[in-house]
Amino acid sequence: MAENLSLRLDYQISILSIILGMSIRHALLALLSEGPKYGLQLRQEFESRTGEVWPLNVGQVYTTLQRLERDGLVESEDAAGAGPQNVFTITSNGSDELDKWLRMPPDVVPPPRDELVIKVLVAMRVPGVDLPELLQAHRRHLVQVMQEYTRLKSEITEGEVEVSLVVDAELFRIEAIVRWLDTTDARLKRLPARTAGTTPAGTAPMSAPRVGRRIAGVRR
Amino acid sequence: MSAAVELRQVSKVYGSNSTEVHALREVDLSVRTGELVAVMGPSGSGKSTLLTIAGTLEEPTGGDILVAGQELARLSRQDRARLRRRSIGYVFQNYNLLAGLTAVENVALPLELDGVKARVARAAAMEVLANLDLTERATRYPDELSGGESQRVAIARAVVGERRLLLADEPTGALDSLSGETVMRMLRLASSDGVACVVVTHDAQMASWADRVVFLRDGRVVDQTLPGPGPDSLLMPGANA
Repeated sequence: MAENLSLRLDYQISILSIILGMSIRHALLALLSEGPKYGLQLRQEFESRTGEVWPLNVGQVYTTLQRLERDGLVESEDAAGAGPQNVFTITSNGSDELDKWLRMPPDVVPPPRDELVIKVLVAMRVPGVDLPELLQAHRRHLVQVMQEYTRLKSEITEGEVEVSLVVDAELFRIEAIVRWLDTTDARLKRLPARTAGTTPAGTAPMSAPRVGRRIAGVRR
Repeated sequence: MSAAVELRQVSKVYGSNSTEVHALREVDLSVRTGELVAVMGPSGSGKSTLLTIAGTLEEPTGGDILVAGQELARLSRQDRARLRRRSIGYVFQNYNLLAGLTAVENVALPLELDGVKARVARAAAMEVLANLDLTERATRYPDELSGGESQRVAIARAVVGERRLLLADEPTGALDSLSGETVMRMLRLASSDGVACVVVTHDAQMASWADRVVFLRDGRVVDQTLPGPGPDSLLMPGANA
Protein backbone atom coordinates (compact mmCIF):
# COMPACT_ATOMS: atom_id res chain seq x y z
CA MET A 1 0.00 0.00 0.00
CA ALA A 2 2.67 2.47 1.10
CA GLU A 3 4.74 2.07 -2.04
CA ASN A 4 1.73 3.23 -3.97
CA LEU A 5 1.55 6.54 -2.14
CA SER A 6 4.10 8.29 -4.32
CA LEU A 7 2.52 6.61 -7.31
CA ARG A 8 -0.85 8.05 -6.33
CA LEU A 9 0.70 11.49 -5.96
CA ASP A 10 2.31 11.13 -9.38
CA TYR A 11 -1.01 10.04 -10.69
CA GLN A 12 -2.81 12.94 -9.12
CA ILE A 13 -0.35 15.31 -10.73
CA SER A 14 -0.76 13.70 -14.13
CA ILE A 15 -4.52 13.89 -13.65
CA LEU A 16 -4.32 17.60 -12.97
CA SER A 17 -2.27 17.90 -16.12
CA ILE A 18 -5.16 16.24 -17.94
CA ILE A 19 -7.56 18.71 -16.35
CA LEU A 20 -5.33 21.69 -16.92
CA GLY A 21 -3.84 20.40 -20.12
CA MET A 22 -6.76 21.61 -22.19
CA SER A 23 -5.01 24.94 -22.69
CA ILE A 24 -2.69 27.15 -20.66
CA ARG A 25 -5.18 29.96 -21.27
CA HIS A 26 -8.06 28.26 -19.47
CA ALA A 27 -5.76 26.76 -16.84
CA LEU A 28 -4.55 30.27 -15.88
CA LEU A 29 -8.11 31.62 -15.84
CA ALA A 30 -9.07 28.71 -13.55
CA LEU A 31 -6.17 29.47 -11.18
CA LEU A 32 -7.14 33.18 -11.10
CA SER A 33 -10.80 32.33 -10.41
CA GLU A 34 -9.59 31.36 -6.89
CA GLY A 35 -8.44 34.96 -6.30
CA PRO A 36 -5.77 37.49 -7.42
CA LYS A 37 -2.27 36.01 -7.79
CA TYR A 38 1.28 37.12 -8.55
CA GLY A 39 2.78 36.16 -11.89
CA LEU A 40 5.42 34.15 -10.04
CA GLN A 41 2.78 32.43 -7.94
CA LEU A 42 0.80 31.52 -11.06
CA ARG A 43 3.90 30.05 -12.62
CA GLN A 44 4.70 28.04 -9.47
CA GLU A 45 1.14 26.78 -9.02
CA PHE A 46 0.91 25.89 -12.66
CA GLU A 47 4.17 23.96 -12.47
CA SER A 48 3.37 22.20 -9.19
CA ARG A 49 -0.06 21.17 -10.40
CA THR A 50 1.09 19.85 -13.72
CA GLY A 51 4.41 18.48 -12.50
CA GLU A 52 7.03 17.19 -14.84
CA VAL A 53 4.50 15.43 -16.99
CA TRP A 54 3.95 18.64 -18.91
CA PRO A 55 7.29 20.34 -19.36
CA LEU A 56 6.38 23.96 -19.73
CA ASN A 57 8.32 26.83 -21.10
CA VAL A 58 8.08 29.45 -18.35
CA GLY A 59 7.84 32.14 -21.00
CA GLN A 60 4.57 30.55 -22.15
CA VAL A 61 2.90 31.45 -18.84
CA TYR A 62 3.87 35.12 -19.16
CA THR A 63 3.08 35.30 -22.89
CA THR A 64 -0.34 33.80 -22.21
CA LEU A 65 -0.92 36.26 -19.33
CA GLN A 66 -0.09 39.16 -21.67
CA ARG A 67 -2.58 37.89 -24.24
CA LEU A 68 -5.24 37.39 -21.59
CA GLU A 69 -4.68 40.98 -20.46
CA ARG A 70 -4.78 42.25 -24.06
CA ASP A 71 -8.12 40.45 -24.54
CA GLY A 72 -9.52 41.98 -21.34
CA LEU A 73 -9.86 38.64 -19.56
CA VAL A 74 -7.40 39.49 -16.77
CA GLU A 75 -6.12 42.74 -15.25
CA SER A 76 -2.76 43.48 -13.68
CA GLU A 77 -1.79 46.13 -11.13
CA ASP A 78 1.20 47.24 -13.09
CA ALA A 79 0.64 48.16 -16.69
CA ALA A 80 4.33 47.53 -17.33
CA GLY A 81 3.65 43.92 -18.23
CA ALA A 82 3.45 40.34 -17.06
CA GLY A 83 6.40 40.31 -14.64
CA PRO A 84 6.79 37.87 -11.71
CA GLN A 85 5.91 40.50 -9.05
CA ASN A 86 2.77 41.69 -10.81
CA VAL A 87 -0.63 40.78 -9.32
CA PHE A 88 -3.24 39.47 -11.76
CA THR A 89 -7.00 39.48 -11.28
CA ILE A 90 -9.62 37.78 -13.42
CA THR A 91 -12.12 40.22 -15.00
CA SER A 92 -15.85 39.59 -15.37
CA ASN A 93 -15.22 38.90 -19.07
CA GLY A 94 -12.56 36.40 -17.98
CA SER A 95 -15.04 34.70 -15.63
CA ASP A 96 -17.56 34.57 -18.48
CA GLU A 97 -14.94 33.05 -20.79
CA LEU A 98 -14.06 30.40 -18.17
CA ASP A 99 -17.73 29.63 -17.60
CA LYS A 100 -18.34 29.39 -21.36
CA TRP A 101 -15.42 26.98 -21.73
CA LEU A 102 -16.63 24.83 -18.80
CA ARG A 103 -20.07 24.54 -20.36
CA MET A 104 -18.95 23.96 -23.93
CA PRO A 105 -19.98 20.41 -24.86
CA PRO A 106 -17.08 18.12 -25.72
CA ASP A 107 -16.72 17.22 -29.36
CA VAL A 108 -18.12 13.69 -29.61
CA VAL A 109 -19.03 13.65 -33.31
CA PRO A 110 -17.69 12.61 -35.73
CA PRO A 111 -16.48 9.39 -34.07
CA PRO A 112 -12.78 9.30 -33.24
CA ARG A 113 -10.60 7.03 -35.33
CA ASP A 114 -11.02 3.94 -33.20
CA GLU A 115 -8.15 1.50 -33.56
CA LEU A 116 -10.02 -1.47 -32.11
CA VAL A 117 -13.08 -0.98 -34.32
CA ILE A 118 -10.81 -0.82 -37.36
CA LYS A 119 -8.97 -3.98 -36.27
CA VAL A 120 -12.21 -5.93 -35.85
CA LEU A 121 -13.60 -4.70 -39.20
CA VAL A 122 -10.37 -5.74 -40.89
CA ALA A 123 -10.26 -9.09 -39.07
CA MET A 124 -13.71 -9.91 -40.49
CA ARG A 125 -12.12 -9.91 -43.95
CA VAL A 126 -8.91 -11.75 -43.09
CA PRO A 127 -9.12 -15.49 -43.81
CA GLY A 128 -8.36 -17.80 -40.91
CA VAL A 129 -8.92 -15.29 -38.10
CA ASP A 130 -10.85 -16.77 -35.14
CA LEU A 131 -12.99 -13.71 -34.38
CA PRO A 132 -14.37 -14.81 -30.97
CA GLU A 133 -10.82 -15.64 -29.90
CA LEU A 134 -9.57 -12.27 -31.14
CA LEU A 135 -12.37 -10.43 -29.34
CA GLN A 136 -11.61 -12.39 -26.17
CA ALA A 137 -7.90 -11.50 -26.32
CA HIS A 138 -8.85 -7.81 -26.42
CA ARG A 139 -11.49 -8.30 -23.72
CA ARG A 140 -8.99 -9.97 -21.38
CA HIS A 141 -6.46 -7.23 -21.90
CA LEU A 142 -9.03 -4.48 -21.23
CA VAL A 143 -10.36 -6.19 -18.09
CA GLN A 144 -6.78 -6.52 -16.82
CA VAL A 145 -6.27 -2.77 -17.28
CA MET A 146 -9.58 -2.20 -15.46
CA GLN A 147 -8.31 -4.38 -12.59
CA GLU A 148 -5.29 -2.09 -12.25
CA TYR A 149 -7.48 1.01 -12.18
CA THR A 150 -9.77 -0.63 -9.62
CA ARG A 151 -6.78 -1.53 -7.43
CA LEU A 152 -5.74 2.12 -7.59
CA LYS A 153 -9.33 3.15 -6.73
CA SER A 154 -9.44 0.79 -3.74
CA GLU A 155 -6.50 2.70 -2.23
CA ILE A 156 -7.82 6.21 -2.86
CA THR A 157 -8.78 8.11 0.26
CA GLU A 158 -11.81 10.37 0.55
CA GLY A 159 -9.59 13.44 0.20
CA GLU A 160 -8.43 12.39 -3.26
CA VAL A 161 -11.71 12.94 -5.02
CA GLU A 162 -10.04 14.20 -8.23
CA VAL A 163 -8.22 10.88 -8.59
CA SER A 164 -11.49 9.00 -8.04
CA LEU A 165 -13.26 11.03 -10.75
CA VAL A 166 -10.54 10.42 -13.32
CA VAL A 167 -10.22 6.72 -12.45
CA ASP A 168 -14.02 6.40 -12.76
CA ALA A 169 -13.89 8.11 -16.16
CA GLU A 170 -11.20 5.69 -17.34
CA LEU A 171 -13.14 2.70 -15.99
CA PHE A 172 -16.36 3.78 -17.74
CA ARG A 173 -14.45 4.45 -20.96
CA ILE A 174 -12.81 1.01 -20.98
CA GLU A 175 -16.00 -0.70 -19.81
CA ALA A 176 -17.78 0.79 -22.83
CA ILE A 177 -15.20 -0.87 -25.10
CA VAL A 178 -15.69 -4.22 -23.31
CA ARG A 179 -19.45 -3.88 -23.80
CA TRP A 180 -18.88 -3.11 -27.46
CA LEU A 181 -16.80 -6.32 -27.71
CA ASP A 182 -19.60 -8.29 -25.99
CA THR A 183 -22.22 -6.89 -28.37
CA THR A 184 -19.96 -7.54 -31.38
CA ASP A 185 -19.48 -11.12 -30.21
CA ALA A 186 -23.24 -11.62 -29.86
CA ARG A 187 -24.00 -9.96 -33.21
CA LEU A 188 -21.46 -12.07 -35.08
CA LYS A 189 -22.76 -15.22 -33.39
CA ARG A 190 -26.22 -14.52 -34.79
CA LEU A 191 -24.94 -14.24 -38.36
CA PRO A 192 -25.33 -17.25 -40.63
CA ALA A 193 -22.05 -19.20 -40.71
CA ARG A 194 -19.54 -17.78 -43.12
CA THR A 195 -15.85 -17.85 -43.48
CA ALA A 196 -13.76 -14.78 -43.02
CA GLY A 197 -12.84 -13.03 -46.22
CA THR A 198 -16.17 -13.74 -47.88
CA THR A 199 -19.41 -11.82 -47.82
CA PRO A 200 -22.88 -13.36 -47.88
CA ALA A 201 -24.07 -13.94 -51.44
CA GLY A 202 -26.01 -11.08 -52.94
CA THR A 203 -24.83 -8.47 -50.49
CA ALA A 204 -22.23 -5.97 -51.43
CA PRO A 205 -19.62 -5.38 -48.78
CA MET A 206 -19.94 -1.92 -47.30
CA SER A 207 -16.68 -0.12 -47.72
CA ALA A 208 -15.18 1.88 -44.89
CA PRO A 209 -15.70 5.23 -46.68
CA ARG A 210 -19.37 4.35 -47.17
CA VAL A 211 -19.76 3.55 -43.47
CA GLY A 212 -17.95 6.78 -42.71
CA ARG A 213 -20.30 8.80 -44.91
CA ARG A 214 -23.32 7.19 -43.30
CA ILE A 215 -22.13 7.98 -39.79
CA ALA A 216 -21.02 11.45 -40.77
CA GLY A 217 -24.54 11.91 -42.21
CA VAL A 218 -25.95 11.74 -38.69
CA ARG A 219 -24.35 15.06 -38.07
CA ARG A 220 -26.01 16.93 -40.89
CA MET B 1 -2.97 -21.79 0.05
CA SER B 2 -5.55 -24.57 -0.10
CA ALA B 3 -8.47 -24.51 -2.51
CA ALA B 4 -11.76 -23.54 -0.88
CA VAL B 5 -13.59 -24.97 -3.85
CA GLU B 6 -12.34 -26.98 -6.77
CA LEU B 7 -14.18 -28.10 -9.89
CA ARG B 8 -12.51 -30.90 -11.86
CA GLN B 9 -13.73 -31.59 -15.37
CA VAL B 10 -17.28 -30.65 -14.36
CA SER B 11 -20.02 -31.04 -16.98
CA LYS B 12 -23.71 -30.42 -16.79
CA VAL B 13 -26.21 -31.55 -19.38
CA TYR B 14 -29.91 -30.69 -19.22
CA GLY B 15 -32.48 -32.72 -21.20
CA SER B 16 -31.59 -35.72 -23.32
CA ASN B 17 -30.97 -36.71 -26.94
CA SER B 18 -32.27 -34.05 -29.33
CA THR B 19 -33.11 -31.65 -26.54
CA GLU B 20 -29.73 -31.92 -24.84
CA VAL B 21 -28.27 -28.66 -23.62
CA HIS B 22 -24.64 -28.67 -22.49
CA ALA B 23 -24.60 -25.98 -19.81
CA LEU B 24 -21.04 -26.80 -18.69
CA ARG B 25 -18.33 -28.71 -20.52
CA GLU B 26 -15.31 -30.11 -18.65
CA VAL B 27 -14.85 -27.05 -16.47
CA ASP B 28 -11.76 -26.89 -14.27
CA LEU B 29 -11.76 -24.14 -11.68
CA SER B 30 -9.98 -23.81 -8.37
CA VAL B 31 -10.55 -20.91 -5.98
CA ARG B 32 -8.11 -20.43 -3.12
CA THR B 33 -8.97 -19.37 0.41
CA GLY B 34 -8.96 -15.56 0.48
CA GLU B 35 -9.27 -15.24 -3.30
CA LEU B 36 -11.97 -13.23 -5.05
CA VAL B 37 -12.76 -14.67 -8.47
CA ALA B 38 -15.22 -13.16 -10.94
CA VAL B 39 -16.85 -15.27 -13.62
CA MET B 40 -17.85 -13.34 -16.74
CA GLY B 41 -19.66 -14.50 -19.82
CA PRO B 42 -22.69 -13.78 -21.99
CA SER B 43 -26.21 -14.97 -21.10
CA GLY B 44 -26.44 -18.73 -21.46
CA SER B 45 -22.69 -19.28 -21.10
CA GLY B 46 -23.20 -21.39 -17.96
CA LYS B 47 -22.26 -18.82 -15.29
CA SER B 48 -25.17 -19.45 -12.96
CA THR B 49 -25.01 -23.23 -13.44
CA LEU B 50 -21.36 -23.14 -12.44
CA LEU B 51 -22.30 -21.29 -9.26
CA THR B 52 -25.18 -23.57 -8.25
CA ILE B 53 -23.02 -26.67 -8.85
CA ALA B 54 -20.07 -25.21 -6.89
CA GLY B 55 -22.56 -24.44 -4.12
CA THR B 56 -23.96 -28.01 -4.04
CA LEU B 57 -27.43 -26.72 -4.97
CA GLU B 58 -27.31 -28.82 -8.12
CA GLU B 59 -25.42 -31.98 -9.10
CA PRO B 60 -23.11 -32.19 -12.09
CA THR B 61 -23.57 -34.73 -14.87
CA GLY B 62 -19.85 -35.45 -14.81
CA GLY B 63 -16.68 -34.49 -12.95
CA ASP B 64 -15.83 -33.87 -9.30
CA ILE B 65 -16.36 -31.01 -6.89
CA LEU B 66 -14.33 -30.51 -3.75
CA VAL B 67 -15.38 -28.04 -1.07
CA ALA B 68 -12.79 -27.44 1.66
CA GLY B 69 -10.98 -30.53 0.44
CA GLN B 70 -14.04 -32.79 0.72
CA GLU B 71 -15.22 -34.54 -2.40
CA LEU B 72 -18.94 -33.93 -2.57
CA ALA B 73 -19.79 -37.19 -4.35
CA ARG B 74 -18.42 -39.12 -1.38
CA LEU B 75 -20.57 -37.32 1.18
CA SER B 76 -23.96 -38.55 2.34
CA ARG B 77 -26.96 -36.39 1.58
CA GLN B 78 -27.03 -35.32 5.22
CA ASP B 79 -23.34 -34.42 5.32
CA ARG B 80 -23.69 -32.44 2.13
CA ALA B 81 -26.61 -30.50 3.63
CA ARG B 82 -24.50 -29.76 6.70
CA LEU B 83 -21.58 -28.62 4.56
CA ARG B 84 -23.95 -26.38 2.60
CA ARG B 85 -25.36 -24.89 5.82
CA ARG B 86 -22.07 -24.34 7.60
CA SER B 87 -19.46 -23.71 4.95
CA ILE B 88 -21.16 -22.00 2.03
CA GLY B 89 -22.90 -18.63 1.84
CA TYR B 90 -25.02 -17.43 -1.08
CA VAL B 91 -25.78 -13.93 -2.32
CA PHE B 92 -28.37 -13.33 -5.02
CA GLN B 93 -29.26 -10.34 -7.17
CA ASN B 94 -32.57 -9.80 -5.35
CA TYR B 95 -31.05 -10.13 -1.82
CA ASN B 96 -33.56 -12.85 -0.67
CA LEU B 97 -33.91 -11.41 2.84
CA LEU B 98 -36.89 -12.57 4.91
CA ALA B 99 -39.27 -9.61 5.11
CA GLY B 100 -40.61 -10.45 8.58
CA LEU B 101 -37.17 -10.43 10.22
CA THR B 102 -34.87 -7.50 11.02
CA ALA B 103 -31.41 -7.26 9.47
CA VAL B 104 -29.71 -8.84 12.48
CA GLU B 105 -32.34 -11.59 12.68
CA ASN B 106 -31.79 -12.37 8.99
CA VAL B 107 -28.04 -12.61 9.54
CA ALA B 108 -28.40 -14.75 12.69
CA LEU B 109 -30.87 -17.13 11.07
CA PRO B 110 -28.40 -19.57 9.41
CA LEU B 111 -26.62 -20.04 12.75
CA GLU B 112 -29.89 -20.57 14.61
CA LEU B 113 -31.04 -23.10 12.03
CA ASP B 114 -27.77 -24.89 12.69
CA GLY B 115 -28.54 -25.15 16.41
CA VAL B 116 -26.58 -22.19 17.75
CA LYS B 117 -28.26 -20.51 20.75
CA ALA B 118 -30.18 -17.36 19.82
CA ARG B 119 -28.07 -15.06 21.99
CA VAL B 120 -24.77 -16.39 20.62
CA ALA B 121 -26.09 -16.24 17.05
CA ARG B 122 -27.22 -12.66 17.51
CA ALA B 123 -23.84 -11.61 18.91
CA ALA B 124 -22.07 -13.20 15.94
CA ALA B 125 -24.51 -11.50 13.55
CA MET B 126 -23.91 -8.10 15.18
CA GLU B 127 -20.17 -8.56 14.78
CA VAL B 128 -20.46 -9.27 11.07
CA LEU B 129 -22.86 -6.34 10.58
CA ALA B 130 -20.38 -4.07 12.35
CA ASN B 131 -17.62 -5.21 9.96
CA LEU B 132 -19.85 -4.25 7.05
CA ASP B 133 -20.64 -0.86 8.60
CA LEU B 134 -24.28 -1.77 9.27
CA THR B 135 -24.52 -1.58 13.07
CA GLU B 136 -27.04 1.26 12.92
CA ARG B 137 -29.26 -0.62 10.47
CA ALA B 138 -29.26 -3.89 12.47
CA THR B 139 -32.79 -3.56 13.84
CA ARG B 140 -34.34 -2.35 10.58
CA TYR B 141 -36.62 -4.52 8.46
CA PRO B 142 -35.71 -5.21 4.83
CA ASP B 143 -38.31 -2.76 3.50
CA GLU B 144 -36.57 0.01 5.50
CA LEU B 145 -33.19 -0.66 3.86
CA SER B 146 -31.84 0.64 0.54
CA GLY B 147 -30.86 -1.85 -2.15
CA GLY B 148 -27.17 -1.46 -1.33
CA GLU B 149 -27.81 -1.94 2.40
CA SER B 150 -29.97 -5.00 1.73
CA GLN B 151 -27.21 -6.58 -0.33
CA ARG B 152 -24.66 -5.86 2.41
CA VAL B 153 -26.99 -7.57 4.93
CA ALA B 154 -27.18 -10.51 2.50
CA ILE B 155 -23.36 -10.61 2.41
CA ALA B 156 -23.28 -10.53 6.23
CA ARG B 157 -25.70 -13.48 6.27
CA ALA B 158 -23.50 -15.30 3.74
CA VAL B 159 -20.31 -15.01 5.80
CA VAL B 160 -21.64 -15.31 9.37
CA GLY B 161 -20.20 -18.17 11.42
CA GLU B 162 -17.47 -20.36 9.98
CA ARG B 163 -18.42 -19.96 6.35
CA ARG B 164 -15.38 -19.83 4.12
CA LEU B 165 -16.97 -19.94 0.66
CA LEU B 166 -19.20 -17.17 -0.64
CA LEU B 167 -21.01 -17.57 -3.95
CA ALA B 168 -22.67 -14.49 -5.44
CA ASP B 169 -24.86 -14.42 -8.54
CA GLU B 170 -25.00 -10.90 -10.07
CA PRO B 171 -24.86 -9.31 -6.58
CA THR B 172 -24.73 -5.78 -8.01
CA GLY B 173 -27.22 -6.35 -10.84
CA ALA B 174 -30.00 -4.33 -9.23
CA LEU B 175 -27.80 -1.56 -7.83
CA ASP B 176 -26.51 1.79 -9.11
CA SER B 177 -22.76 2.10 -9.74
CA LEU B 178 -21.74 3.47 -6.34
CA SER B 179 -23.88 1.02 -4.34
CA GLY B 180 -22.50 -1.77 -6.51
CA GLU B 181 -18.99 -0.54 -5.77
CA THR B 182 -19.70 -0.60 -2.02
CA VAL B 183 -20.92 -4.20 -2.32
CA MET B 184 -17.75 -5.17 -4.20
CA ARG B 185 -15.62 -3.44 -1.54
CA MET B 186 -17.43 -5.57 1.07
CA LEU B 187 -16.74 -8.75 -0.90
CA ARG B 188 -13.07 -7.72 -1.06
CA LEU B 189 -13.13 -7.21 2.69
CA ALA B 190 -14.66 -10.66 3.18
CA SER B 191 -12.01 -12.25 0.97
CA SER B 192 -9.20 -10.48 2.84
CA ASP B 193 -10.68 -12.05 6.00
CA GLY B 194 -10.04 -15.46 4.44
CA VAL B 195 -13.33 -16.12 2.63
CA ALA B 196 -13.10 -17.48 -0.92
CA CYS B 197 -15.55 -15.55 -3.10
CA VAL B 198 -16.89 -16.46 -6.51
CA VAL B 199 -18.91 -13.69 -8.15
CA VAL B 200 -20.84 -14.20 -11.35
CA THR B 201 -21.33 -10.96 -13.23
CA HIS B 202 -21.64 -9.57 -16.74
CA ASP B 203 -20.42 -6.17 -15.51
CA ALA B 204 -16.72 -5.61 -16.26
CA GLN B 205 -16.40 -2.81 -13.69
CA MET B 206 -17.65 -5.08 -10.91
CA ALA B 207 -15.52 -7.96 -12.18
CA SER B 208 -12.45 -5.73 -12.07
CA TRP B 209 -12.57 -5.85 -8.24
CA ALA B 210 -11.60 -9.53 -8.45
CA ASP B 211 -8.11 -10.98 -8.08
CA ARG B 212 -8.83 -13.10 -11.14
CA VAL B 213 -11.49 -12.93 -13.84
CA VAL B 214 -12.51 -16.19 -15.52
CA PHE B 215 -14.27 -16.01 -18.89
CA LEU B 216 -16.94 -18.54 -19.76
CA ARG B 217 -18.30 -19.17 -23.24
CA ASP B 218 -20.71 -21.90 -24.30
CA GLY B 219 -20.15 -23.75 -21.03
CA ARG B 220 -16.35 -23.74 -21.27
CA VAL B 221 -13.71 -21.72 -19.46
CA VAL B 222 -12.05 -20.06 -22.45
CA ASP B 223 -9.73 -17.60 -20.76
CA GLN B 224 -8.74 -15.86 -17.54
CA THR B 225 -6.89 -12.71 -16.56
CA LEU B 226 -3.22 -12.92 -15.64
CA PRO B 227 -1.68 -11.41 -12.51
CA GLY B 228 -1.36 -7.69 -13.22
CA PRO B 229 1.77 -5.63 -13.83
CA GLY B 230 0.72 -3.25 -11.03
CA PRO B 231 -0.77 0.27 -11.19
CA ASP B 232 2.60 1.65 -12.34
CA SER B 233 1.65 0.43 -15.79
CA LEU B 234 -1.12 3.04 -15.87
CA LEU B 235 1.39 5.86 -15.78
CA MET B 236 3.53 4.70 -18.65
CA PRO B 237 2.10 5.74 -21.99
CA GLY B 238 1.96 2.78 -24.31
CA ALA B 239 2.59 0.24 -21.53
CA ASN B 240 -0.88 -1.13 -22.07
CA ALA B 241 -0.71 -1.07 -25.82
